[in-house]
Amino acid sequence: MKFIYQTWWKVIAVLLVLSSVITGLLVAVPKKYIVNETIRNLYFHVPMWMGMLTVMVISVYFSIRYLRHNREEDDLAAVECVNTGLFFYVLGLVTGMIWAKYTWGEYWSSDPKQNSAAIGFLLYAAYLVMRNAIDEEQKRAKISAVYNIFAFPIMVVLLFVLPRLTDSLHPGNGGNPGFGGSDLDDTMRISFYPAMLGWSFIALWIATLRYRIRLIEYKKNELN
Amino acid sequence: MKQFSILLLLLLGYTTAFAQSPEMDTALRSSGKIYVVVVVIAIIFIGLAFYLFSIDRRLKKIEKDK
Repeated sequence: MKFIYQTWWKVIAVLLVLSSVITGLLVAVPKKYIVNETIRNLYFHVPMWMGMLTVMVISVYFSIRYLRHNREEDDLAAVECVNTGLFFYVLGLVTGMIWAKYTWGEYWSSDPKQNSAAIGFLLYAAYLVMRNAIDEEQKRAKISAVYNIFAFPIMVVLLFVLPRLTDSLHPGNGGNPGFGGSDLDDTMRISFYPAMLGWSFIALWIATLRYRIRLIEYKKNELN
Repeated sequence: MKQFSILLLLLLGYTTAFAQSPEMDTALRSSGKIYVVVVVIAIIFIGLAFYLFSIDRRLKKIEKDK
């Protein structure tokens, strides 16, 4: 866990995102009806979800680790990852709504992808509410670790499996072509992959900062 | 040769008439003002990055004091 205190990967993350911002706005994109220039949102909207997924996966890892070793620090890491993940979840949802307004016509058209995303949000909101409802530390840590391990696969199914099985306006769902394949041409990859990688590490960075603050608070409370 | 060039001209006219493509943004790009947007977003992001680094530094200090 020493690497969370190091600087090099944070610098790389910032440079990756910065390069995706510059190339993402300047490099030519495939000409498509309806989406037009908004296709560039691919470099900003999708990486929010990637960042969310990255910290949520790490959160599950720490929840499993908590159940194995019963170390309070692992529980704190799991919560702070979910806190950061939920922040990126909201960013993804809101940017998606704005994009939807100008391509699908409505902010919220009760599309399966949107509805699933809303349910997934409530799933994790329930996790945080539940934590606050349990006073005893060990009980809270254990129950929320189990909940988190179950919540993650359900969230993945809600976001990436169920919308694919029905009609959906969202690219890549319900028979719609994604921006992958022929659409995601090589010029788009130049901006897309650095954005995905960069934002993942930015999300991880914020999660580690929150974890370190939480750790100090925890140790301070322990002394009192 | 003349006939050939007329044919070529007509063919070109044909292709331009049917090569319809979605309208992309040209105003912001041709005037070069897209760079303003790029600079603004880049400054916001660099600012946020510096902010994160400063939080990181302050945390490191507090962690050392412990």
